[in-house]
Amino acid sequence: MTLLRIEALNLAIHDYPILHDVSFTVAPGQIVGVIGESGSGKSMTALAVMQLLPDGARATGRVILDGQDVVHLSEPELCGMRGRVMGMVFQEPMTALNPIQSIGDQVAETILVHERVSRAEAMERARVALARVELPEDRFPLTRYPHELSGGQRQRVVIAMAIALRPKLLIADEPTTALDVTTQAQILILLKRLVQEDGMGLLMISHDLAVVADMADHLVIMRHGRVVEAGPSPALFHRMQHPYSKALLAASTHQPDRAAQPQDTPLLQVQGVIRDYVTARRGIWGKPGTFRAVDDVSFQIRRGESLGLVGESGCGKSTLTRAILGLEEVQGGTIQLDGQPVFTGHKPNRAVRRRMQVVFQDPYGSFNPRHRVDRLVSEPFHLLDTPPQGTARDAAIAEALESVGLTPEDRHKYIHEFSGGQRQRIAIARALIIKPDLIILDEAVSALDVSIRAQILDLLADLGDRLGLTYLFISHDLSVVKQVTDRVLVMQAGKIVEQGVTADVFAAPSHPYTRQLLAATPRLPEFENT
Amino acid sequence: MIRAALTNRALVIGLALSLIFVGAALISFIWVPQDVGAMDIPNKMKPPSAAHPLGTDHFGRDILSMIMVGARTSIAVAVVAVVIGMGLGVPLGLAAAARRGSLLDEVIMRGNDLVFAFPSLLIAIMITAVFGPSALNAIIAIGIFNIPVFARLTRGAALSLWTRDYVLAARVAGKGAVRISAEHILPNVTNLLIVQGTIQFSLGILAEAALSYVGLGAQPPIPSWGRMLADSQTMISLAPHMAIFPGMAILLTVLGLNLMGDGLRDLFDPRIRRDRR
Amino acid sequence: MLRYVLKRLVSLVISLAVASLVIFLAIEVVPGDPAAYMLGMNAQADTLAALREQLGLNGTILERYLSWVGGMLTGDFGTSYTYRTPVAEMISERLWISLPLALYALTLSTLIAFPAGVWAASRRGSAVDMGVMGVTQLGVAIPNFWFAMLMVLVFAINLRWFSAGGFAGWEQGIWPAIKSLTLPAIALALPQASILTRVMRSSLLDTLSEDFIRTARAKGLTRRQVLWRHALRNAMIPVLTIIGMQFSFLMAGAIIIENVFFLPGLGRLVFQAISARDLIVVESVVMLLVFAVIVVNFAVDVAYAAVDPRLRGRR
Repeated sequence: MTLLRIEALNLAIHDYPILHDVSFTVAPGQIVGVIGESGSGKSMTALAVMQLLPDGARATGRVILDGQDVVHLSEPELCGMRGRVMGMVFQEPMTALNPIQSIGDQVAETILVHERVSRAEAMERARVALARVELPEDRFPLTRYPHELSGGQRQRVVIAMAIALRPKLLIADEPTTALDVTTQAQILILLKRLVQEDGMGLLMISHDLAVVADMADHLVIMRHGRVVEAGPSPALFHRMQHPYSKALLAASTHQPDRAAQPQDTPLLQVQGVIRDYVTARRGIWGKPGTFRAVDDVSFQIRRGESLGLVGESGCGKSTLTRAILGLEEVQGGTIQLDGQPVFTGHKPNRAVRRRMQVVFQDPYGSFNPRHRVDRLVSEPFHLLDTPPQGTARDAAIAEALESVGLTPEDRHKYIHEFSGGQRQRIAIARALIIKPDLIILDEAVSALDVSIRAQILDLLADLGDRLGLTYLFISHDLSVVKQVTDRVLVMQAGKIVEQGVTADVFAAPSHPYTRQLLAATPRLPEFENT
Repeated sequence: MIRAALTNRALVIGLALSLIFVGAALISFIWVPQDVGAMDIPNKMKPPSAAHPLGTDHFGRDILSMIMVGARTSIAVAVVAVVIGMGLGVPLGLAAAARRGSLLDEVIMRGNDLVFAFPSLLIAIMITAVFGPSALNAIIAIGIFNIPVFARLTRGAALSLWTRDYVLAARVAGKGAVRISAEHILPNVTNLLIVQGTIQFSLGILAEAALSYVGLGAQPPIPSWGRMLADSQTMISLAPHMAIFPGMAILLTVLGLNLMGDGLRDLFDPRIRRDRR
Repeated sequence: MLRYVLKRLVSLVISLAVASLVIFLAIEVVPGDPAAYMLGMNAQADTLAALREQLGLNGTILERYLSWVGGMLTGDFGTSYTYRTPVAEMISERLWISLPLALYALTLSTLIAFPAGVWAASRRGSAVDMGVMGVTQLGVAIPNFWFAMLMVLVFAINLRWFSAGGFAGWEQGIWPAIKSLTLPAIALALPQASILTRVMRSSLLDTLSEDFIRTARAKGLTRRQVLWRHALRNAMIPVLTIIGMQFSFLMAGAIIIENVFFLPGLGRLVFQAISARDLIVVESVVMLLVFAVIVVNFAVDVAYAAVDPRLRGRR
C-alpha cells in the first residue's frame, strides 16, 4: 500500500514547462531520495506534493497522498492536510522561522491549527516534539526566539513543527545543504530515527549523492524536469544504466590527475599567527571584549604543493585567508612568502601581494555586474608597478582566458552572459593573469554542480602542473579535499588541530575532531570504478 | 533597455507629464501668452476664455502665463536642491560605508539623524528669520534636508555592496577604499540614486510650493505657484479658477515625477517576483 | 530591554543638546547682534544697550547658551520683544491647537492607511489593489494646503457643513473644537495616509515573500491566517520607522495648514514673529517642534523593541 504515488506529473509555470511526466512512489516507512543538479526540477516536485507552488503554476497528472489526489483538492482541504498528513522541511534554516515569535509558539501552532485543544495542551505537545528533535526544555525553553539558536538548532525546530502531529509523509528539501558537516550528520541521523519511530515516509531532495546514498532506500535521479533513472539504493550504484546517472556518479568521485610533485622549498610560511577581533562592549560601562579568531597558527606550504585547509564555519579559515592575502593585519606571528613578509610596519607589501591571488566561492557575487570581462580579469594589474597597456594588455587578457578554456572574444561580454561554471573559470583567469606563485581557492568549487565541479578541478590540476602553481585549497567538503590535495590542515576554533599528508590523515586521523569530521562525512558506497 | 522603457506605462506617462511642465518653464524664457508684469484691473478674476485659457487673477494677469513662469521657480528650486542633496549626501554616504563603524561613520549617521529632526520648513523658518525670505533660502532649506536623505540611502546600499566578493577581489588587487567606492560601489548605486532623485525632485516641488504659500520662498515680483495659491485664498468662492489651476499644475508635475520614479524603479529592477503565496 | 531603552534615552538627550546648540547658533549668533537685528539699522545706541540688557545678551556665547537652555528646562522661554509677554504662555496657548491637530491627523492617517495597505497587499494585482495604488498616487501628489482650500470651498462655503476657519476654543466643549479641527486634519492626513498606505502595502508584500511565510503555510495555515498571524506583525516594523519620520512632516504641515483655516496655532505665531523679527519667539517655537520630533522618534525606537525581540535579546 503506497503512501505517495506521483503519476505522470507535468508542471508548467507561466506556460514554461518545468516537469515532464514525473512518476515515482513512496511507501510508509520508506526513505526515497530525489537527486538532481540545479534546474532538475527536484524542488518543484516536492512543492507539487505540498501544493505550495508559485503563482502561475499549472499541474496535470496525479499526486495521490493517503488516497487523495492533491492536485485536484481545494485549498481548504489542502490546508487540512498540510502539517497533519504531510510536513515539509526547507533548505535555509536561518530564515525559515518567524523571527518575532518564540519557538514554543511556532511549534504549538501546528497543533492548534489542526486540533481543538487548549493552548496549554498544545504547548505541552510542543515540548514533547522539541524533545524528540533533541531540543529538551531544560536547555531550550519554549520562550526562546529563533535568533538565539544556531542554524542546526533552527532546523531542528523546523523539523519539530513538521512532525508535531506525526504526519504520514515528511518532505525534506535539501535540509542539510546549508549546515556544517557535523551538524548535517546529526540532522540526518535524527531524520532516520524519526522515520523509524513514526513509520512515516520520507521524501528527501538533495544534490549530494553521498548524503542520499547513506540515507535512502530508493533513489530517483532527475534531470531537466524528467526522471532519468530510479531504483533501490545502494544496489542502483552498481548497475546504473542511463548515461547521465553514470556521469553524475563519475563526477562525484572524480579524481583529477596531478602529475607534478611538490618541491622541498617552502613558499608560504605562517608562524604563530594570532588575529584578534574587538567585540561589542557589554553594558554601557563595560570594556569591549576580544575574540581570538586565529590562535597561534603555524604551517608551511611547499612550492608546487596543494595544501588543503578544512574546517567548519566559524573556525577562522576566512580570517586566516584574509591575513595571508595581506588584507588584514595580525596581532601576533608572521606570514612570509618566499622569505618576504606580507606586512612591513603597518603597510602590506605590494611586491609580496602580487605573488598571491584568490578565487572565491560565489560565482555570482565575485564580479561587478557593470564591467566587461576584460576589465574584470585585468583588475589585479593594479598591483603591478608597470601594468601592461594597449596590445600587451590585450594579449595578457587573451592568454588568461584561453588558459581557462574560454576564448579571447569573451572579453567583450558582460558577466551575466556566462553560466556559474564559466564564471568560475573567469575567476581563475583573473587569479592567473599576473602570474602569481600561490593561488588560494576559498571554497572555489562549493557552489558548483557536481559535473561542473569535476571540470573545474581538472582545470585547476592541469594549470597547477603546467604553470607550477601552489594551491591553498580551503573547503568544508572533505571528499573534495581528499581528491585534490597533497597535505591537509584541520582547523577548529582558530587552531590547527591536525596536519599531515592527506591520505594519511584520512586513513588514520589522530585528533578527535578530525575523527568526528570524517565520521560525519557522507560517503558513496564502494563499488567497481567505471 | 529602450524597448522596456517604452512599454513601461508609468514611465511614459510620467515622463510626458513632467516634460510638459519643464517645457513650459523653458518656453517661458522666450515667450509667454501675456506679460506677467502687466496688470489689467478691468479684466480681473475673469474665468477661462479664449483670450485667457486659464482665466485671470485678481490683478488681471493671465493665469496661464503665470503658471508657465511659476514653473521656472518650482523646477529651479527643486532641481538645485536635489543637486545639493546628491552632491553632498552621496559622498558622505559612500565615506560612511567605506569606514563602517568608525568615528566618521558615527558622526555622519548622527548628523543625518539631527538634520532629519528639522523638516525643511523649520530650516526655512530659521534661515528666513535671520536672512529674510527668498528663493535662495528655499533652495538652501530644501537642499539641506535632502543631504541626509541621499546620505542614508547611499550608505545603506553601499554597506551591502561592500560585503560582495567582487569588492574583496578589488581589495586583493590592492585597491583602496576611495578607488573601490568610485569604481565599484558608486556605479552600482546609481540606479537607486536616479529613482530617489526623481522622488526628491517631486518632494522639492511640493516643499517649494508650501514655502511660497506661507511667504518664505520666492518673493514678488517673481511668480510662484505657492504664492498664486496664497493670493487666491480670500477670493476662492468668487474666482475658484485662481486656486484650481495653480494647484493642478503642482499636482500634475509632482504626479508626473512620481510616476517617472516608479517607472524607473521597475525598469531597473527586472527580477520577477516569485510569489510564494 | 532596559539597556536598549537607556541607550536610546542617552541618544535622545544628546540629540536634544546638539539640536538646541544648532538652533541657538543659527538664530542668536549668525545674525551678529540680535538686538541690532531686531531693532533695525537706525536704532539708537542706548535703546540697543537697553534691549541687550533685557535680552541678556551681555554674556559670552557659552553663557548665553547655557542660560537659554537652563531657562527652558525650568519653563522659562524668555519674553517676547513684540508682545512683551512670556513666550511660554504664548506657546502653551497655541500648542493646544497645533498638537491636537497633528495627533488628530496622525490618527486619521493611520486608521485609513493600515486597512487600505493590508487590503491592497492581500489582493495584489486585483482591481482593489490597482484602485488603492491609483488613489494613493494622487494623494501623495496633492499639496495638502491646496486640498484644504478646495475642501473649504466645497464643505464650508458651498455645503456649509463646517466653518471656513477659526477655532472654537476648548472652553466651548470638546466637540466644537474637534469640529473646527476636522477639515484641517483631513487635509493633513490625506497625503500622509497615501504614503503610509503604500509603505504598508510594500512592506507586507516583501514580508509575504519571505521564507518563514512558506514554512507557516506548510504547517497548514490558510493564507488569511498567515497574513494576520505572521506577516502583519513583521511588516509593521519598517512601517513604524516611516511613521516616526512622517511625524516631523506632519508638524510642519500642521503649521502650514493653520494658515488656510486661520487657526491661531504655532504657525501663525511663528510667521508673525518672523515678520516682526522677534527672534526669541522663533527660537523657542523651533526648539519646541524639534523636541517633539526627537521625542516621537525615541518613542518609535522603543516601540521597535516591543515588537521585535531581536532588539532586546540576550545575545
